[in-house]
Amino acid sequence: MSLNNRYEFIFLFDVKDGNPNGDPDAGNLPRVDAETGQGLVTDVCLKRKVRNYVGLVKEETPPYEIYIKEKAVLNRNNLRAYEALELKHESKKLPKKEEDAKKVTQWMCRNFFDIRTFGAVMSTEINTGQVRGPIQINFARSIDPIVSAEHSITRMAVTTEKEAEQQSGDNRTMGRKFTVPYGLYRCHGYVSANLAKQTGFSEDDLQLFWDALINMLDHDRSASRGEMSPCALYVFKHESPLGNAPARKLFELVEVKKISEGPARSFKDYQVIVDQDKLPQGVELIKLLD
Amino acid sequence: MGFCLEVSGEFACFTRPEMKVERVSYDVITPSAARSIFEAILWKPAIQWQVTQIDVLNPIKWMNLRRNEVESIVSARTAQTAMKEGVGDLGIYVDEQRQQRASLLLKDVRYRIYAQFSMTDQAGPQDSAAKFADMFRRRAEKGQCFNQPYLGCREFSCDFELVSDKSDAVEPIEETRDLGFMLYDLDYTDSASPSPLFFRAQMKNGCVMVPSRDSQEVRG
Repeated sequence: MSLNNRYEFIFLFDVKDGNPNGDPDAGNLPRVDAETGQGLVTDVCLKRKVRNYVGLVKEETPPYEIYIKEKAVLNRNNLRAYEALELKHESKKLPKKEEDAKKVTQWMCRNFFDIRTFGAVMSTEINTGQVRGPIQINFARSIDPIVSAEHSITRMAVTTEKEAEQQSGDNRTMGRKFTVPYGLYRCHGYVSANLAKQTGFSEDDLQLFWDALINMLDHDRSASRGEMSPCALYVFKHESPLGNAPARKLFELVEVKKISEGPARSFKDYQVIVDQDKLPQGVELIKLLD
Repeated sequence: MGFCLEVSGEFACFTRPEMKVERVSYDVITPSAARSIFEAILWKPAIQWQVTQIDVLNPIKWMNLRRNEVESIVSARTAQTAMKEGVGDLGIYVDEQRQQRASLLLKDVRYRIYAQFSMTDQAGPQDSAAKFADMFRRRAEKGQCFNQPYLGCREFSCDFELVSDKSDAVEPIEETRDLGFMLYDLDYTDSASPSPLFFRAQMKNGCVMVPSRDSQEVRG
């Protein structure tokens, strides 16, 4: 059930009047590549959303439990029964301890979706064994430079008695929030069939991952996010586990172009051009969301 | 058997071991990160890659980035207890164990990396250098890999291209600099605690020569 194909994917998503990923170094302004003005969304930001979606849909039960949790989503019963580990008596040449460490790692991979998918650093007594997950996600980058708008907002309440006294009962506070009026972001990712074997990441897991990319933004609404939506998900499926073409050549087949005058304000202002004719042999393009 | 790969990526972070928490990258790719690019394309226990030369093709540019990260790693002991008892609370709650860490990354990097492999004592009777060389060449030409190679961290994946004809190759940058002591690689002889090896990296006209592992210049 593990994967027999290498995959690459292109995920396009947009944001309207929201902040897709704040920069802690810049007072939570939307992240920007200072040289080009393009917006950035980090890999870890997108992985967080995938985890939250899977946690939500699979209700945090093994084998789809999520290891790296957000309290806000969870905070339910802390103790949960795990499937009992079937101890197999195999005489291998490895030292006993290392064998145990391997067992723990495999058990963790089996129970936790995010460890199977993205990997994890496991501290064992022997060394810091790492599981490298099959899925690699790069930073997402906006197609065009983004503009950060700053909005001052007021609150008709104060936090402390002292503030109320100072304002002689006026009770107002000012706040700030930052938004991107519109931004279309493009993210590249990779799925290694070989690493999937090592963590037991299955075809079903991969389907769940695609579902997560398509649906995760709909379950991540908040005051700061504005309107974020998935726009397109293109998956390149190679015939062989090692792949049939360089990733870069595949990514170059998909061009996202602005087709309207003036600043873009919706996905309609862009056109996605896919050069199907140049698709290398042994690679299939699957448009999971178009 | 020597090969040359041209690798490029939008970002890279070859973390200095002395600045691990708030990651600061070395100015150029380390031999160990370069080795792992070759290994991502082909590696077997029978062979061992040795990087010989690194050409820096793009000017060295930096970018600062701060992210929320967690401070703990998976505890094997907790997992073992949960396995035995059948109950347990394993997750890491990110908002309680959060650290905001900055990383100083490299931007728009492009390198030409020369490496060769030698056979190890794990090689079987039917393993020959020519066989592995063919395998590597075939894979690199087709863009095949075991997993997508990356520049220091997995979120900074890189493109790779096999360079066979060096006649129209881009010249390395015109920069000569002493890069100081740089991580060479890790010595895995004691697999329980790999020890770092260092060497004095000199960039001459954009080119860093990498000494072989057993030379006097590589120190543990």
